[in-house]
Amino acid sequence: MSEQTITTEEAATEHETGGISIGRVGLYATLVGLVGFYLIPIESGLVTSIKTPTALQETFPFLPPAGSGITVEKWQIAFDYLAPGMVNSMLFTIPSTILCALLGSMAAYGLTLVDWRGQIAVLALFIAGIFVPYQAVIVPLFQFWSQYMQLGTRLSFLWGLPLLEPHYATILELIITHTAYGIPIVTLLFRSQYKTMSEEMIEAARLDGASVWRVYRRIVLPLSIPMFAVVFIFQFTQIWNEFLFSLTIIGSTNDPAASATLILSGLGQSLEGTDYPLRMAGAFITALPTLLVYVLFADKFAEGVQT
Amino acid sequence: MTDGGTTEERSTLRRWLDSDIVQSSPFWLPPFLLMGFFVYAAIGWNLLLSLTEYSGFGDPDYSNLGLHNYRAMLDDPGMWAATRNTFVLLVGFTVVCLIVGLLLALLLDREIRFSRSFRTIYLLPFALSFIVTAQFWRWMYNVNNGIVNQFIGLFGIGPYNWLGSPKLVLGSVIFALVWQFSGYTMIIYLAALRSIPNDQYEAARVDGASTVRMYWRVIVPQLRPAMVSATVTLVLFALKAFDFLYATFDGYRPRRGADILATKMVRESFGRSEWAYGSSIALMLFVLSLGVIAPYLYNQYKRGNL
Repeated sequence: MSEQTITTEEAATEHETGGISIGRVGLYATLVGLVGFYLIPIESGLVTSIKTPTALQETFPFLPPAGSGITVEKWQIAFDYLAPGMVNSMLFTIPSTILCALLGSMAAYGLTLVDWRGQIAVLALFIAGIFVPYQAVIVPLFQFWSQYMQLGTRLSFLWGLPLLEPHYATILELIITHTAYGIPIVTLLFRSQYKTMSEEMIEAARLDGASVWRVYRRIVLPLSIPMFAVVFIFQFTQIWNEFLFSLTIIGSTNDPAASATLILSGLGQSLEGTDYPLRMAGAFITALPTLLVYVLFADKFAEGVQT
Repeated sequence: MTDGGTTEERSTLRRWLDSDIVQSSPFWLPPFLLMGFFVYAAIGWNLLLSLTEYSGFGDPDYSNLGLHNYRAMLDDPGMWAATRNTFVLLVGFTVVCLIVGLLLALLLDREIRFSRSFRTIYLLPFALSFIVTAQFWRWMYNVNNGIVNQFIGLFGIGPYNWLGSPKLVLGSVIFALVWQFSGYTMIIYLAALRSIPNDQYEAARVDGASTVRMYWRVIVPQLRPAMVSATVTLVLFALKAFDFLYATFDGYRPRRGADILATKMVRESFGRSEWAYGSSIALMLFVLSLGVIAPYLYNQYKRGNL
């Protein structure tokens, strides 16, 4: 240990010997402190959500309430408000996630593994689509759905059928919208993988007379399964969390098609001020699906973010 | 002669049908048309709307087009305030995120035990909806019971009305957004750090460079591409940040001092039904984004990264 002196510079190199030094301890202390910084807003929300009004006034915001100060009432109220929104969010998030993944994988294949002129120009339009601010399209989008398409009226023959309800027209609008705006990023994710695929293997298959379709079905799709997992997790989170389309296409928090994020944005508003425990309970219920997905598949999510 | 002509034509047709562009089009064309309609046609439509006088209910009148909305922008004091706030948010948020993310990545890149757990926790806020995180931060910034005021109260400072005071509100929003996004910049930097070959670290050490100098001279310069792509994402996010402000202030109008172009655009169109004016602000946002996207994509194309 003698040459491992106090300077932090050397402390950094000493991990190979497995020793403990002041620098190393400081490093871990910093990392743990940062854990506190990133978790405190969430932790404080969690303990606040189970506090009675008195406990809310009397306990520190980051400490859990004591026995009589605990109540799950706010969770029940929040759940009653949010349950239809959770169903609606699922109804549009899952189909658009799947559609995005399929269409994105096809586009990436057509633009990466099949060589043709003009590919890059089309690709550039796809990639630029990732960065377009939704504000730049939101007024025409609203016009398109509410004035020109009016799916609710056009599909009115459907609503008499069992299991179908008129507000599914809005859900369908959201599915199509989210799919269209999700395609660019998903295409980029798949392309990042397809670029690294062995060209010889695909060339060989083409020379053997396999059609473009066959190569996709037999070679590319099976190899893309890990990327499909990344895309599902990333897009599910993105679409579930989205708000601007919900706000403008659905319109009102009282609409039967209102999504979870839309209902949460207006939860517990009253003249007496904000009901914080109710808001916090609602925030956790809304975040629950994405939290679950994130905790279970954090690595896949990080992979999606990286690209 | 005629026969020869037709066979030749047929073979051109065949060759055309066999060409890769035709063969590949069933794959990329349907997604392209769907995306192209919703993205590019909508942008064109938005441009057209911004030249009309469309407001209130009913249909837009496309027969009388002009630049009056853009002239009205110049006389709108709210527009200047929103532009100024947008740039403060954009610069403050991007710079702080880049620095915090870099520090996090450098800390985690030193063969830390449980480094994956740390990484997962730092990235967690990024997986949450802005509507959710806005609820947490409203509580954090609460004047009487919020943790922020209780914390600075330990040092005998405050309490401040973080979200109510026009001087503090933008800074408070930036702080909360940095909390949510710094994990993202960290991930981008970490991916870049991992792609730097190990022998570069070794070589710098053999040369006797101190850790700080090694990072500053050898490692950080190689993170430039990662920094550029993170900057593009952050700047574009700052331009369109709307959800968080809407949820923090319970509606279309943020507290004075926190109105940005993105919130003003949505408020003018969906709050006040000034559709044409809203579209003209939207077009400005699009042009600003294009100013970031176009050089970035061109640069990526030049380097063969597309």
